[in-house]
Amino acid sequence: MTRNPQLNANGELTHLLTLEGLPADVVTHILDTAEPFVSIAEREVKKVPLLRGKAMFNLFFENSTRTRTTFEIAAKRLSADVINLNIGVSSTSKGETLLDTVDNLCAMNADLFVVRHSQSGAPHLIASHLTASGRTHVHVVNAGDGRHAHPTQGLLDLYTIRHYKRDFRGLTVAIVGDVLHSRVARSLIHGLTTMHTAQVRVVAPRTLVPTRVEALGVEVFNDMREGLRGCDVVVMLRLQSERMKGALLPSAGEYFKHYGLTVDKLEVANPDAIVMHPGPMNRGVEIDSAVADGARSVILPQVTFGIAVRMAVLSIVAGN
Amino acid sequence: MDRPTRIEIRNGRVVDPVQGIDRVASLYIDAGRIESIAERRGDFHADRVVDATGCVVCPGLVDLAARLREPGLEHKATLESELAAASAGGVTSLACPPDTDPPLDEPGLVEMLKHRARLTGRAHVYPVGALTVGLQGAALTEMGQLAEAGCVAFSQADVPFHDTQMLHRALQYAGTFGHRVWLRPQDAYLARGGVAHDGEVATRLGLAAIPVMAETIALARIFALVRDTGVGVHLCRLSSAEGVAMVRTAKREGLPVTCDVAVHHLHLCDVDIGWFDPLAHLMPPLRSARDRDALREGVLDGTIDAICSDHAPVDDDAKQLPFAEAEPGATGLELLLPLVLKWAGEAKVPLADTLARITTRPAAILGIAQPSLAAGEAADVCVFDPKAAWAVRRESLRSQGKNTPFLGFELVGRVRWTLLAGNVVHEGRD
Repeated sequence: MTRNPQLNANGELTHLLTLEGLPADVVTHILDTAEPFVSIAEREVKKVPLLRGKAMFNLFFENSTRTRTTFEIAAKRLSADVINLNIGVSSTSKGETLLDTVDNLCAMNADLFVVRHSQSGAPHLIASHLTASGRTHVHVVNAGDGRHAHPTQGLLDLYTIRHYKRDFRGLTVAIVGDVLHSRVARSLIHGLTTMHTAQVRVVAPRTLVPTRVEALGVEVFNDMREGLRGCDVVVMLRLQSERMKGALLPSAGEYFKHYGLTVDKLEVANPDAIVMHPGPMNRGVEIDSAVADGARSVILPQVTFGIAVRMAVLSIVAGN
Repeated sequence: MDRPTRIEIRNGRVVDPVQGIDRVASLYIDAGRIESIAERRGDFHADRVVDATGCVVCPGLVDLAARLREPGLEHKATLESELAAASAGGVTSLACPPDTDPPLDEPGLVEMLKHRARLTGRAHVYPVGALTVGLQGAALTEMGQLAEAGCVAFSQADVPFHDTQMLHRALQYAGTFGHRVWLRPQDAYLARGGVAHDGEVATRLGLAAIPVMAETIALARIFALVRDTGVGVHLCRLSSAEGVAMVRTAKREGLPVTCDVAVHHLHLCDVDIGWFDPLAHLMPPLRSARDRDALREGVLDGTIDAICSDHAPVDDDAKQLPFAEAEPGATGLELLLPLVLKWAGEAKVPLADTLARITTRPAAILGIAQPSLAAGEAADVCVFDPKAAWAVRRESLRSQGKNTPFLGFELVGRVRWTLLAGNVVHEGRD
C-alpha cells in the first residue's frame, strides 16, 4: 500500500483526508490545539492571524450548509480569505473534470481546499494530483467524501468526548444507525480505536451494517438495548430519507421503534452517559426530542467545538 | 517490417506443448510455415538468422479477451495501436469482446473489423459476437450470419443478462447451430452500483461493494441452464474462491464448461486498491487474498483452463477520476506473458505446462487450430527472453492504454521477436 498520503516526509500533517492511520500523537495535538480556540469564540475580537493572507476555497460538490458554514467561520477566525464554491453537480454537467476544477483554482493561487464530494476518495485524488504535480504548498482538507470519511467531524466528536469524559481508555461508545452509508461513523471508529477506547460498538439492523466492520475494531449489536447497556457515550447517526423507502428499512416509524433513541432506551446506558449527534437531526426518526433536548445531550456543544477543531486542523495543515 | 521468406531462429529453447518438445534447437521457417525443428534441409539457405540464444521459442500466444476499441472507441485505442501491443506481447491470436460502440451485433461490423485487422498483418483477430442485439438482452442476434462473418463465439461482454428466460433461449438457439457461448458470471442485481469486493477494504474505504454471491449465484444459474440444455458455456473471468470451487464441482459432474481468469487476478487483491487507486479498479473486482490464492490453485489444477489479459485500454480522462467513477479495466496484452511467467515461477510450474495456458488451451476454447511448431504449421512464433527484467512504465507500453496496476513493477520475461505467418511483426529493442 502507498504511504499515508496525508503526512509529508517528516510525518507532519499536510492534508487531512481520513483519521485512519493517523498517529495518536497527531490526533492529540489537534485536540490540544483546539482547546484555546474554544475560548477565542468568547472574546470580543474573535480573530487570530494564523492564516492571514491565505486563500481557502470551500469546494463543495455536494450540498451542505452546516459543514461549509463552520469551515468558513473557522477560516475567518484564523484571518484567511474564504471563497465559497457551490459546485453541486454543475461543473461535471459543464464537462469539467474534478482535477480541471482544481487546476483552475490553483491558478488562482489557492492555498487550501476544503472538499466535499459524493464519491469516496475524491479528496485523495485531489491530494495525490497536487503531489504528483509538485504543488506541495497546496493543502486539502476532507469535509466529507461519499461513505468514506468525515475526519473533522470525527475529531470534533473526539474533542467532545474528551471534554466530558477526559480519558478514552475506560470508555464504551455506541454508534447507532446507518453505519453502512456513514462517513461520520467510519471516521469516529478510526478516531476512537486510535485513542485506545475500551469498547466501540455499532448498533444497527443488519441491512445497515457493512461487511466485516468488525475488522475496524468494533463490536456489532443488532439489538439497541443490548448495544446501549453500560455505555458512556451514545452517538446517533442521521438516517437519510432515501434509506427509509423500503429496500433497507420498511419505514421511518419502524426504524424509530427499534433504533430511535428515547429516554426509555437510554435507561440502560450509564447514568452519566452523554448523547451526541452529528446533525442535522431527524427528530422522531433516529432521536426523540426529549433526549435531543435533554440533560445528557451535548449536541449543541458539539457544534461549538466543531469550529474550534476545524480552526485547529486548518492552522496545523496550512499555517506557517 | 521485413518479410524474408526463409528464417532460421537459431539456438533457442524450443518449447511446443502440442509436440511435447522442450529442447535447445534451431527452428527453420519457409514461406510462412514451419519447415523443421533442429534438422536443416540441405538446400535451406536462411534469408535471415535470428539469434535466439538464451531465449525461449514457442508458439505465438492466444489471448481470450483483448479489447481493441474499434469500432467507436478510438479515443481509447485503435486497432493499429493495440495490435502493435499484441505483437509486443507475443500474442498472435486474440479474441475481442463485442463491447465496442456499436456492439458487434451485425455482420458488417464484424467483416470490417476482420478486414482492418487483416490489413495490419499483426495478429489473427477473432471477434466474439454479441449474443443479443445491442447487448440489450432482449433479442437474439443473427448468429449464423455473424459466424459466417467471422465470429467464433457469442457473449454479452460485461453487460449483465437480467432475464433468465431469455438467457435460456439464447443458449438453446446457439446450441442448435453449435455456436459457442461465453458468459461472465455476475448477478446484475447483487453487483448493482458496486465497484469493489465486498470485504474489509470496501468497508474501510466506503466503496459500494460486490459480494462473492454475485458470482456464485450467476454460476448456479448458468450451470442449471447448461444442465438443462446441454449447451457448453465458457465462463469468463472467475474472481472468487467459491466460484473456483463451483466450477471444479461442475466439471467433475461432467458439465461442458470451461473457464478463464484475468492474469491480474492471479497477482493482486483488494488491498492493492490502497488509497483509492483507480488503476486497481477492475471488473470483476479484485477480491481477497484468499480468493486470489484459490484462483492460482484453480489454474494449477486445471479447473481454470486459460489465463487471459482481459486487455482494456482506458484513456487517462476516464481513469483520473474518483475510484467509483473511474472506468474499470487495465491494459494487459504486453503484460500477459511476464505475469504468467511470474505465476509459474512462484507456483513452480514447468514451462511447457505454463505456456499451454496461454497457447493451446485458449485455442481449444476459441475452436481454432492448436498452435504448434510442428512442420507444416503456420509460423506464428513468440521468441522471448525468460530472464530479461524490465520496468513497467507508461513509455514501455505500446498500447494506447497506459492504465495498469502494475505500473512501476519490475517484471521478468520480455518478448524479443514475434512472427506471424513467418513475418517478423515485432522486434524488441530495450
